Amino acid sequence: MSVARFWRETPRRYNLGGCQCPTCETVYFPPRGVCPVCVKHRQSLGRMEPYQLSGEGEVVSYTIVHDAAEGFEMQVPYTLAIVRTVEGPQLTGAVVDIAPSEVKIGLRVRATFRKLREEGAAGVIHYGYKFAPMDDRHKPPKRPSRSERAMASAGAPVAAASGP
Amino acid sequence: MNQDTGIVSYGAYVPRYRITPAEIGNVWGTDGAAMGASLAVKRKSVPAPDEDTITISTEALRTALIRGAIDPQEIGALYVGSESHPYAVKPTATVVAQAVGATPNLTAADFEFACKAGTAAIQTCLGLVGADMIRYGVAIGSDTSQGAPGDALEYSASAGGAAFVIGRERVLAKVRHTLSYTTDTPDFWRREGQHYPSHGGRFTGEPAYFRHVSECARRMMERAGTTPKSYAHVVFHQPNGKFPQRVGKQLGFTDEQMRYGLVTPYIGNTYSGAALIGLANVLDVAEPGQQVLMVGYGSGAGSDAFDFLITDEIAKFDRSYGTPVQEFLDGGIEIPYAVYAKFRGKIRMGGS
Repeated sequence: MSVARFWRETPRRYNLGGCQCPTCETVYFPPRGVCPVCVKHRQSLGRMEPYQLSGEGEVVSYTIVHDAAEGFEMQVPYTLAIVRTVEGPQLTGAVVDIAPSEVKIGLRVRATFRKLREEGAAGVIHYGYKFAPMDDRHKPPKRPSRSERAMASAGAPVAAASGP
Repeated sequence: MNQDTGIVSYGAYVPRYRITPAEIGNVWGTDGAAMGASLAVKRKSVPAPDEDTITISTEALRTALIRGAIDPQEIGALYVGSESHPYAVKPTATVVAQAVGATPNLTAADFEFACKAGTAAIQTCLGLVGADMIRYGVAIGSDTSQGAPGDALEYSASAGGAAFVIGRERVLAKVRHTLSYTTDTPDFWRREGQHYPSHGGRFTGEPAYFRHVSECARRMMERAGTTPKSYAHVVFHQPNGKFPQRVGKQLGFTDEQMRYGLVTPYIGNTYSGAALIGLANVLDVAEPGQQVLMVGYGSGAGSDAFDFLITDEIAKFDRSYGTPVQEFLDGGIEIPYAVYAKFRGKIRMGGS
């Protein structure tokens, strides 16, 4: 992957930067330019708002990789999973910090920051999200909904949201 | 110095894998268990193949930001101290800043001073915050250091890090004083392009670690008007478990005062992270009104000392979020040397 291509994807890979439809509040990852499910989807054109996923979700399916792609040989066997995030979008990612034999459908996970691959010994290093088992102590703080954010910007008090 | 400034939040991270000195000794035909006992190191942490100083720093800082409910856009400076930055040229700090959402309105840089680059970063942040140049500064000490296979360092060199947010609001540990003691002492070094460090063997003891740490601690207590009895907790840099206990005894500190600040026996020497993970462990249990002394050390050589006062804010601070340091010390999965060698890139692969 070229340096420029990966760099363009940095907001998504580092911070799960997706987007949200201003009308029906559906969240998308990766971000898209129009809301396809909304009855007023034409109104969403050009108005989709940036939305950072919390990284919290659960495994809906997974596979254990024994024959790795180039660059991942050191990590076999490893688990690749489809994770349904609490905001809705389903993401594919590796599950780390747990033996592949212990991964189960329904496992609660959170996004963690790991090295994805490197372009040889002299090339650039790519970082991004993987998933790790989650307990309540790692539950990301609640993010205000779109309507709560709107109230906050209008001056009404709202619970502070913070953190990556 | 401006005594309103101090630690606003903190977080630590230690990779999951562990290896014992006995397992390392088995490979090299030496009594690893005896080596571990003489160093007072029971296990050391090992990073997974997809972990490095950047990922460790990011995990530690993300924990700190959530615990302190800090908006990353309010971070005005971010410094990462390490001697194992993944790039020789290309800052660790920029990746970490991007990964926590702190870019672009901040200054960032990588620090290197052997094992004390993280404490140097804290001092820099204290200056910037105290001068009202920034609202929050972030100082991280993090490493994934290696000793040459078979070398004494291999029994202790490990991986981990801690991040501290420095500010003037909701300060949970005020920095009452900080001072440093620095000389040109070649006890440990790594030349450009070299994979493993070199060291002066026994020379790393008396003229290096002990002289700098004890001088710095004495001068700090003199300036602060304190004695060892003034402190509830003390944290020393800990290249192994033995050195900090010896210097602590020499200075007049008890085992109880050193208890929480001493983490190397359980996770090994995390270099730039060592004293800072010890400090994070102290903050996990500290109570309002307690005084804490931390003395870092970096080969080359220098020591940074800090006199902290724990404030009432620590009672309101959310210490329940994230993994407490004690769990990093107790937990982990032990791996054999062959897996360790694979994870640490010590095996020559085809096509590489």
